Amino acid sequence: MQHRCASTTGGAPGRAPARPGRPVSRRAVTAAGLLAPLAALLAGCGADQGSTSPRTLRVLDTYTNDPDRTVIGGALDAAAKKVGVTLERVSVAGDSLIQRVLQQGSSGTLPDILMLDNPDLQQIAATTALRPFDEVGVPTDGYTEGVTSAGTYDGRVYGLAPTVNTIALFYDVRALDEAGVAPPTTWSELREAAGALTRGSRYGLAFCGNATYEGTWQYLPFFWSNGADERDIATPEAAAGLDLLAGTVADGHASTSVLNWSQADVKDQFVAGRAAMMVNGPWQIPELESVEGLEYAVVTLPVRDPAGQRPVAPLGGEVWTVPATGDRSKERLAGRVLAEFLSDESLVSMAAKRSTVPGRPALIEPFLERRPEMAAFADLVRGARARTAELGAEWPATATALYTAVQLAVSGQATAQDALAEAQEYV
Amino acid sequence: MTTTTIRAASPALATAPPPVRRPGARHRNRRLVTLLFLGPAVLYLLLFYGYPVVQNVVMGFQHYTISTFFTGEAPWAGLDNYREVVGSPLFRTALLNTALFTVGSIAGQFVLGLAVAVFFRRRFPLSGFLRSLILLPWLIPLIAASAVWKWILDTESGVLNRVLVGAGLVDTGVPWLSSTSLALVTVIAVNVWIGIPFNAVILHGGLQGIPDELYEAGALDGATRWRAFRHITWPMLRPVVTVVLVLGVVYTLKVLDIILGLTGGGPANATQTLATQSYQLSFATFDFGQGAAVSNILIVISLIFAAVYLRLNRRAVDE
Repeated sequence: MQHRCASTTGGAPGRAPARPGRPVSRRAVTAAGLLAPLAALLAGCGADQGSTSPRTLRVLDTYTNDPDRTVIGGALDAAAKKVGVTLERVSVAGDSLIQRVLQQGSSGTLPDILMLDNPDLQQIAATTALRPFDEVGVPTDGYTEGVTSAGTYDGRVYGLAPTVNTIALFYDVRALDEAGVAPPTTWSELREAAGALTRGSRYGLAFCGNATYEGTWQYLPFFWSNGADERDIATPEAAAGLDLLAGTVADGHASTSVLNWSQADVKDQFVAGRAAMMVNGPWQIPELESVEGLEYAVVTLPVRDPAGQRPVAPLGGEVWTVPATGDRSKERLAGRVLAEFLSDESLVSMAAKRSTVPGRPALIEPFLERRPEMAAFADLVRGARARTAELGAEWPATATALYTAVQLAVSGQATAQDALAEAQEYV
Repeated sequence: MTTTTIRAASPALATAPPPVRRPGARHRNRRLVTLLFLGPAVLYLLLFYGYPVVQNVVMGFQHYTISTFFTGEAPWAGLDNYREVVGSPLFRTALLNTALFTVGSIAGQFVLGLAVAVFFRRRFPLSGFLRSLILLPWLIPLIAASAVWKWILDTESGVLNRVLVGAGLVDTGVPWLSSTSLALVTVIAVNVWIGIPFNAVILHGGLQGIPDELYEAGALDGATRWRAFRHITWPMLRPVVTVVLVLGVVYTLKVLDIILGLTGGGPANATQTLATQSYQLSFATFDFGQGAAVSNILIVISLIFAAVYLRLNRRAVDE
């Protein structure tokens, strides 16, 4: 491309001797020569992108690390082979995906197949950037309610998650045995257990309460299980859940550093033996497995009143979409690839290899045969709730308010009730 | 410049008889050449400085959201974005934090930077080596530096708290980054560490420009050490000091990476500044209109300091 720019302008200096007797003109020509590459650049030397062959589809996702990178890549390639196309896959860092999509959207270079984090789907679908699945021929039945609602915008499905995840309570089996504590099932048991397990440099509990959507995500199971609703966050039900988290920190049974920890930091604390229990997701399992001498187990997160409440887990996972590129034949090809990618066999295999749960309940049984230890997550995922189910594209404002409330309450700046009332103003 | 052009042109005119003498033609040509030479620079400025600034100002008056990128539609919002951000409870916190962060950082950086610069005025064994070590914070990528500082400052396992507890200075780890009352102070301290090299290098350069004779003459009159600093160094250094301070303010106002790396604006917005707020509005909630509004406010504040600088500079020249 650079070369083409240079060669078009290369002609200009060559004409210089044609006008003798006007020495200044040589300067003019030099100046023109200096200007020309810029002008050529502006004229759109870099405009032709994405003109790949009709049987090559471009894919964009965020699986930069193994095992996800190879597992997803393998499943995509297998699906493409069945359809008879080749894929050109690009993986970018998770936090730069939306920026990349926006750039591509404004320059008309969206990929043919796009992965999105599920809470972002409705916002992107609202912009008309995606094609509904019924028009590109991707089957949409058989998914859990959470997966379907996360992928639906304005009554039509725009994206589906092959496998999903959520968060639960991981605990150090030996630490609980030593302290004679049973895995907690209620909030009061959780607070007691956290107290009994706090010893020396080890805290009872670690969770993520940082000022990002991760902090919101970890508060949600406590928020929802107790009957709170994201349409009105300043309620006693929401405050009770927040008080539980803030209380363990105030009691000194969880570190104040939870305010800065990401979920990966929480896992590091747990692995290093500085927390006996942690709130985290199954994507940490491959790393936990690789730690020698660590004996851990997973249970669902406790609820306030097990008699009348059931755990409500937030739905996590990435959805796959077909962007509206304007090339109808490629959009249909992309739809066919995704249909294969989302086939039973492909889903179970991806789920088993990535420690995530298939998005279709019918596949959970064959999945558990391969990964029996994932039972706690599989149960949770069946009833998992999508963050955007109620608020859709308006979710980010509420998500911001929720982590603000977590920060205010956990840092002791305000009581749980006041923190939520103050945070409500951000919505 | 003008004379050389004429001289270079005249031999050519002497050998080849001029075709038709058009009065003013040569002059016009020269103007054209001037314009052509100016062209690339002007174009560059317009393209990479003018356009983004204008675009940002315009964006502040638009409902510029994710949809805009796909549909190209950004409805006019008037002052809505400004009303929204200034009216939000976060704005006052962010403004106050920005002021505290800037004043605190500049004061720390300048005083320590000046001390380092004065110290290295004297030559002693290894002074050259040590002086280059001072530059270290400048050479480390800010994201890497903030990640390492985050480790150092961790409440339980950070090396700083380990040392403090080990020495018996405190009983339990100090929550450097997780306490709402300490986090801003900690972030300022880290930013001071990063800013010392810049201040020290520029001020050291200024010190080198002060002739030794002045100190010799001063010494004869009894001005040594502190008095020499007050009556010789400080007045001679004044122009450099203004440059350092004004540039420092402009650089500090827009600091984003260190805060994002250390606290992300938390805990409970204790380290939220206008820069982090603008970043979050644009790239976390994707409300680019409001993000632009906040950054425009930040630009205006920077411009005020730039204007002050230009004014001070002009006065210095006049004197």
